[in-house]
Amino acid sequence: MKTRPPPDPRTLIFHLGMATCAAGFLTLLVLPFAALVLDGGPLAIWRGFQCALTWPALRLSIETTTVSVVLVVLGGTPVAFWLARSKWRSARWLETLLQLPVVIPPAVGGIALLLAFGRRGLFGGLLERMGFSPSFSPVAVVMAQVFVSAPFYLHAAVLAFGRLNPALLTVGRSLGATPPRLFFRVALPLAKPALIGGAAMSWARALGEFGATLMFAGNMTGKTQTLPLAIYAALEVDVRTAQALSLLLVMFAFGLLLALRNLDRQTDGKPQGAVLTP
Amino acid sequence: MFEHLAAAFEKRHAGVKVRLSFAGSQELRIQIEQGARVDIFASADERHMAALRKQGLVRAETVFARNRPVLVVPLSNPAKLARFADLPKARHVVVGSSEVPIGAYAEKILAAADRHYGRAFRARVLAHVQSRELNARQVLAKVALGEADAGIVYRTDALAMKDRGSTIAIPSPINTIANYPVAMATAAATPDLAEAWVGFVTSKAGQDALAAAGFLGAPPTAANASKP
Repeated sequence: MKTRPPPDPRTLIFHLGMATCAAGFLTLLVLPFAALVLDGGPLAIWRGFQCALTWPALRLSIETTTVSVVLVVLGGTPVAFWLARSKWRSARWLETLLQLPVVIPPAVGGIALLLAFGRRGLFGGLLERMGFSPSFSPVAVVMAQVFVSAPFYLHAAVLAFGRLNPALLTVGRSLGATPPRLFFRVALPLAKPALIGGAAMSWARALGEFGATLMFAGNMTGKTQTLPLAIYAALEVDVRTAQALSLLLVMFAFGLLLALRNLDRQTDGKPQGAVLTP
Repeated sequence: MFEHLAAAFEKRHAGVKVRLSFAGSQELRIQIEQGARVDIFASADERHMAALRKQGLVRAETVFARNRPVLVVPLSNPAKLARFADLPKARHVVVGSSEVPIGAYAEKILAAADRHYGRAFRARVLAHVQSRELNARQVLAKVALGEADAGIVYRTDALAMKDRGSTIAIPSPINTIANYPVAMATAAATPDLAEAWVGFVTSKAGQDALAAAGFLGAPPTAANASKP
């Protein structure tokens, strides 16, 4: 029979400390979701799903966040690629500026959007003369979502592009590869896992967006009332309904994040480690 | 508003510190239902007070203030509204969502206006409603920033933003009045002070302070007389 060596007291303390920290942390993060599921009971949740606000809001949330995440990736990728490789000081300023939506309260973001694109805003007058006003429309919902969720993608993308070995691009160029070829065949595939992770966080943030949407887009069933807004409206009438809607949002977000995480894993297998700079 | 009342109350009761916690009535209700330790609950929505009383979490309530909905328009008044009857002229209207009190009042007012003015008044206004905001402050913000040409808010909210919007009264046969109840929590830690607070806000000093902010006073018959 094998006997275990006596445990080193320092190792024991280490494991105990780690476990204690993790336990407190996980309690705070996981218990609220457990409570959300357990407290309602299946019947109450079922009733909530039959609430008139539920389906138009879920549909609008899915549609707008899909558009938002596509726009974030389309616009954010070139910006991040440039920011990651730029030596200019202004690039650092811009990078910081683009992180601000994470810090400011979303309602303030909503007011800023109104002041810029509202009917009386800086560019709103111009837009309105062109016969277009985003406020109170799904366009405004998407704009608010892009505004608050873009930093999450940008942050991940700048880090990913920044980690690429610059020698790789130099070598590629010396071998006659054109910039588009380098970008699409070298930079993008190498950064892909991180980009997917960033896009997932961005999507999740857009899905939960509340304050900026309410301020900038308003609240109208089927037009601007996304799931978080419907939850708030339901809360005014019946906590159970709000709880059921919250559960729906949580389940959808969980499924989405899990699916994207798996996608992330699949691309992770490629030998990208070799090109990381130490 | 409550800060002023709290400061005045502390002056009268040496050594007492009033702690205030502000949030939407429904959020405060949930907090109390989930065991928040409070002495007093003041609500802008009678439904939430009634729900708490049904659960035995608060004692009988007293209406300590009332408010009147008004029409608010941006200072520039782009739709050129002069009277409430002009409301169908406004192209961008915001009101409260039917789930929140200010939205429920707006619906009541529009239904009454429909009967009073006829000519599909309500339908013509609703056709221009761009958004149903989740609280009166959001309605006010949309008007103050010029996104909406008109909105229905409480008189006190409109008065607090006089520099950005002007107020148009809603005629009394159409209008309605919002009641704000206050009640002592059943589990109050300091019941005598809680009672003193209710007495204070319904006293002349309390009522004068509320009137200065634009509130209508407590109803003379209902003051300190609890509802069944």
